[in-house]
Amino acid sequence: MAVDQNLKIELGKQGIFVTTIEELYNWGRRSSVWPMQFGLACCAIEMIATTMARYDLARFGAEVFRPSPRQADLMIVSGTVTKKMAPQVVRLYNQMAEPRYVIAMGACAISGGPFKQGYNVLKGIDRYIPVDVHIPGCPPRPEALIQAFMTLQKKIDGQPLTGEGRPRHLDANAQGEFPVPEQGEHDLEPTSNHGVWPVPITIR
Amino acid sequence: MKTVEEIKAAIEAAVPGAGVEFVPNPSLSAQHSLRLAPESAVAVATFLRDDAELTLDFLSNVSGVDWPDKEVAEKVKVTRTVTKTVDGPDGQKVDQQVEETVEETRKHVEPGCLEAVYHLYSVSKKHGPLVIRLRTANRTDQIELPSLTPVWRAAEFQEREVFDLYGIVFAGHPDLRRILMWPEFKDHPMRKDYVEPDDFEYEPTAHDEVLKRAQEHKDSEQGTGIRDQEAAAK
Repeated sequence: MAVDQNLKIELGKQGIFVTTIEELYNWGRRSSVWPMQFGLACCAIEMIATTMARYDLARFGAEVFRPSPRQADLMIVSGTVTKKMAPQVVRLYNQMAEPRYVIAMGACAISGGPFKQGYNVLKGIDRYIPVDVHIPGCPPRPEALIQAFMTLQKKIDGQPLTGEGRPRHLDANAQGEFPVPEQGEHDLEPTSNHGVWPVPITIR
Repeated sequence: MKTVEEIKAAIEAAVPGAGVEFVPNPSLSAQHSLRLAPESAVAVATFLRDDAELTLDFLSNVSGVDWPDKEVAEKVKVTRTVTKTVDGPDGQKVDQQVEETVEETRKHVEPGCLEAVYHLYSVSKKHGPLVIRLRTANRTDQIELPSLTPVWRAAEFQEREVFDLYGIVFAGHPDLRRILMWPEFKDHPMRKDYVEPDDFEYEPTAHDEVLKRAQEHKDSEQGTGIRDQEAAAK
């Protein structure tokens, strides 16, 4: 139940803080999103720069890059996902505990980028795992990653704890494990997970 | 450094029956090369490395080349006997055997091959490069070449890459596995006849080659029901 905004401000002036469990819970979640320490290509250099003193991702509560997927909340897919690496990326995502989020960083991670026509590059990691925020750019500047991070925080903030659109860890029926593609004789098998990525319809 | 012709002579003097062939480069760079016979390649390579004057102690890189089967059209002059009807001396028609020369175009397929190219330098003598080539007999079943990894250790990973992308099998290589693609992969992507996997199902900004491939993919999906949803949206 939402608190009336004016009443909240009025009470705040009197030294009384009123909030809801949902607001408090999501505030806690969005203020301590720990990314996974994991980089794939040149975008990872920009990701590192984002965490350093000049851009300082720590201001957003994401200073702790965890080297284990078990302790991480956010996977930043920073760089080209080759078909040799794709099963490992999906496996790492499966090993993360809920609630977990994915930012696809850069042209390669969202679509294959300049290597799109190559035989060995996955045309976007969203073919296998659900992506929350896509960042275009080659590579995106640290500001773009911060923008994506703030977008993700807004998304977390807006998630209700019950009903439609609740985070997956509060939904008993939500899919927890995503199938890891097999490395076949000519290509990955299957070439995409249609449950996550129904082939988009192009309307011209 | 000696010229390539002089090196060829030196090899022939040192390794009897080396079977070295001179491959001229007609371009301005004139970077001629030597084609070694696979049987004697290791002996020749060892000579190139250990010879006091050459001392080619540094292998800079190994490349693969795919020469596909080539259809060659040749014009051949053929002489054949034709029967012609000519007027005889007494006004009668007489058949006569006449020889005629006709130009014929004959086509034959020149078998292709796979080639490994090695660039050698000498660090101690500060000279190079010397380019040596090795050719397989064909590109299907006789694809074995001797590995030069025992001579230059630097060849190890690069020969693995040539094995991975071109499919040349290097006999005597200590650890011949795929280096870039996964072990289950069956194709050799750098070969001219490699067929790329068809993952052109979603091409929002297709053009040129991609547009062609995307259209082919769409045609292959006709009647499978995958695109019914899209048709309904229109």
